[in-house]
Amino acid sequence: MASPWLGQQSLGSEAVAMNNKGFRRGSFQGSTSDEDMVEIAGRALDFSITDDDPPLDREMLGGFSLYNGGGMNGTSQMMDFLEEPLPGVGTYEDFNTIDWVREKSRDRDRHREIASKSKESTWALIHSVSDAFSGWLLMLLIGLLAGSLAGLIDISAHWMTDLKEGLCLSGFWFNHEHCCWNSNETTFEDRDKCPEWESWSQLIIGHGEGAFAYILNYFMYVLWALVFSLLAVLLVRGFAPYACGSGIPEIKTILSGFIIRGYLGKWTLIIKTVTLVLAVSSGLSLGKEGPLVHVACCCGNILCHLFTKYRKNEAKRREVLSAAAAAGVSVAFGAPIGGVLFSLEEVSYYFPLKTLWRSFFAALVAAFTLRSINPFGNSRLVLFYVEFHTPWHLLELVPFILLGIFGGLWGSFFIRSNIAWCRRRKTTKLGKYPVLEVLVVTAITAVLAFPNEYTRMSTSELISELFNDCGLLDFSKLCEYVNDFNSTTGDVLPDRAAGPGVYTAMWQLALALILKVFITIFTFGMKVPSGLFIPSMAVGAIVGRLLGVGMEQLAYYHHDWTIFSGWCSQGADCITPGLYAMVGAAACLGGVTRMTVSLVVIMFELTGGLEYIVPLMAAAMTSKWVADAIGREGIYDAHIRLNGYPFLEAKEEFSHKTLAMDVMRPRRNDPVLTVITQDSMMVEDVEAIINETTYSGYPVVVSRESQRLVGFVLRRDLIISIENARKKQDGIVSTSIIYFTDHSPPLPPSSPSMLKLRSILDLSPFTVTDQTPMEIVVDIFRKLGLRQCLVTHNGKLLGIITKKDVLKHIAQMANQDPDSILFN
Amino acid sequence: MAARARLCSMLALAALVRQVTGVKNFEDVRCKCICPPYKDQPGHIFNKNVSQKDCDCLHVVESMPVSGPDVEAYCLRCECKYEERSSVTIKVTVIIYLSILGLLLLYMVYLTLAEPILKRRLFGHSQLIQSDEDIGDHQPFANAHDVLARSRSRANVLNKVEYAQQRWKLQVQEQRKSVFDRHVVLS
Repeated sequence: MASPWLGQQSLGSEAVAMNNKGFRRGSFQGSTSDEDMVEIAGRALDFSITDDDPPLDREMLGGFSLYNGGGMNGTSQMMDFLEEPLPGVGTYEDFNTIDWVREKSRDRDRHREIASKSKESTWALIHSVSDAFSGWLLMLLIGLLAGSLAGLIDISAHWMTDLKEGLCLSGFWFNHEHCCWNSNETTFEDRDKCPEWESWSQLIIGHGEGAFAYILNYFMYVLWALVFSLLAVLLVRGFAPYACGSGIPEIKTILSGFIIRGYLGKWTLIIKTVTLVLAVSSGLSLGKEGPLVHVACCCGNILCHLFTKYRKNEAKRREVLSAAAAAGVSVAFGAPIGGVLFSLEEVSYYFPLKTLWRSFFAALVAAFTLRSINPFGNSRLVLFYVEFHTPWHLLELVPFILLGIFGGLWGSFFIRSNIAWCRRRKTTKLGKYPVLEVLVVTAITAVLAFPNEYTRMSTSELISELFNDCGLLDFSKLCEYVNDFNSTTGDVLPDRAAGPGVYTAMWQLALALILKVFITIFTFGMKVPSGLFIPSMAVGAIVGRLLGVGMEQLAYYHHDWTIFSGWCSQGADCITPGLYAMVGAAACLGGVTRMTVSLVVIMFELTGGLEYIVPLMAAAMTSKWVADAIGREGIYDAHIRLNGYPFLEAKEEFSHKTLAMDVMRPRRNDPVLTVITQDSMMVEDVEAIINETTYSGYPVVVSRESQRLVGFVLRRDLIISIENARKKQDGIVSTSIIYFTDHSPPLPPSSPSMLKLRSILDLSPFTVTDQTPMEIVVDIFRKLGLRQCLVTHNGKLLGIITKKDVLKHIAQMANQDPDSILFN
Repeated sequence: MAARARLCSMLALAALVRQVTGVKNFEDVRCKCICPPYKDQPGHIFNKNVSQKDCDCLHVVESMPVSGPDVEAYCLRCECKYEERSSVTIKVTVIIYLSILGLLLLYMVYLTLAEPILKRRLFGHSQLIQSDEDIGDHQPFANAHDVLARSRSRANVLNKVEYAQQRWKLQVQEQRKSVFDRHVVLS
């Protein structure tokens, strides 16, 4: 797919060749893979297409001079046309990394300007106060919007899930539970039956019993599931292709400084919300927590456009996005603190302490908004809230650790198989039929799920039932114990022998487990919004409950064994299978995502108490150790590596002894570094360089002989400035000299007028010497968020290291494929 | 601009929902008492619309299945919970969701079926849409020309809408190419 534009390049031919694996190699000086941008962004620099563009209208021209930290409008130099920054200068291309240092310094300049002006007039004082207050107002709005959308999603998903089974006659908008809410016909045994709710067979043929009715229900279930998933994938494909998948790997990358235009836009928000409900309702084995984080970040990004402070500055915007991610997890689990810790641990890259307090505020507002909408009718935020507080015994730590080991093993198995399947989808013909793939997976899931009641119900309901501690008031199959009423002492329900219902439930749960373990591998990553928190928790909860019931029966029948006799005598309530289910869920979730603190905090916010912190921590730690021993990466990092995003992992140590000169470009056999001189190049020379190479920036030196560094200039800024100068400025022709110095170089008066581009030059690029160890260089890149770093030798410019080179070097040192890094 | 409209509608939705939750329907509160099996009596569930302070076994259970001194023992085992919901919220939310879904589906049908027919009839109405092959042809400097030209204001509203729609379509096309065809992002 080589475009005609690329054919004109003479240098950088490496950039055009693609190797056999289908990965693209960037051009050798570590620039952006511009050929990607040609096709991805449409035109390489068509800013008009992008969603998140800074507004290119007149009002920004005036405002921008404040933010560029320099252009004093009162200077009286001649040819000062370009002191006022142009629209587009200082913004970034799609699929590029931002310059954190520049953004942060811009924000500091802006703040300084406002602070110094605030003493002048009352209006300026009000302006400075409102500027400081704008961050909190933004958090409030994000919390409100995220909470409202989560309420919409919860209520609609709840309703649509039950639509597969029947319809409520007293108001089609009620789901099964709400339809029978006011009914007096519900019995103790059949809490779900009421005359207002009719299943499809009852609606179509009049009665609900018999083989034909069962087949009809089966057929309608599969049909509805297919309809929902078909609508979901068509909407995603037609309106917002970025709305598929979980979203967390991409958000991680965006928060580390990458730009994906449109990923957090309004169409993505609408489509993600609508199709998430459809995907969840279709019975697929996926959850809505990951997509809710994406939805909340979209809200954050959209609301940022209301405030100039955040709209124009990419670094400040990412602070807001971190807080929005916290609000997303908070509404998903009803856990504000867990949400903030999740954002801190998993999603964010730079998390200044000021963001911590604001994230907590946003998460709290979101949780409160959701609670006031009350989607589940009982002031609970999540369906599977746990309310028991029965104590546990130290000896039970052994099965908890076993659950942790299972969680770790399952987590690594899931990550490996899911990545293998996703890679196959990426590279083979399977990826050409996304709609068909979704339909086939839905059909298989629906056909296999209907016969087993534990897979027919939605996964959240399954988890809720598994977490439930069985009391006398429960009548589900799982709670069918043999009740001996004479031995009931007060409120304490002792361990009882399992009735036949429990045994049936056990093998049905085992079948459900097998189905969920395998079908989730194929479901996560499909072209519909899909999360994996709920399926992992379901797998863990099933295993936990099975183990818990097993332990309970073991203790009941063998209460005279030495391990049980001390604490579990006959008639005591010692083993709670619901607790085992909870610990199992935490273990599996930790094994897949490798969350530590945030997982434990989310789980104990779900239970509402600190009693179970020790079992949860034991299981989470064990599962993380076991999973880390098998494979280092969690699911999100594995997906980042699969897609080749330029994500510099902040948690890993770089421990090799290489030096900067081993990594820098140009290497030994490569052509010399392309530089621009500070006052001796003509416009046509610079244009030739830009046309012939694809680098995203060029160092500016005093002269080619001395190679002493002046600064660094970006390609995008150069192009815009030269184009604008040719149009607007008088006398600029192809032979005009471009100069970056303060005063123009002396030239004979007959030469054409000169073009001053000092305003777009970065005068303080980061440099290291060639003998700097790579450990320090990697640390610098990580901590400062650099995009490129110049290498000097004895004070002279020698080469350049970009973030892509660093990532490739790390991959090489870890014996991974260095060509898998696609973006810069 | 469109972002602001979107924000306003979202906030309106939020306000509406919250206002609606303030309205308490008579049917939307209940006291639910679950009484387990007792001696030879099977288990029962009782529902009644009572206020929160009256939510206990004696007020809710109308026809007590046991009599005399057994009543207290029976009632001690029962668990009564006060629940409220907002059926208006549920109704409004589901209807809003279905209308958004319906609008999106209609728009999708319009874009795929109706629009090409209309475009063919109104021949040459807009030259803004560019085919895929043109996309790679532009030089970097020509693109910058486009950027700077955008600061001209467009007087005609219809032109604006048309232009915005074309831009949006191209954007979706690019996204679709990178996600579905080349599998570069979001594998």
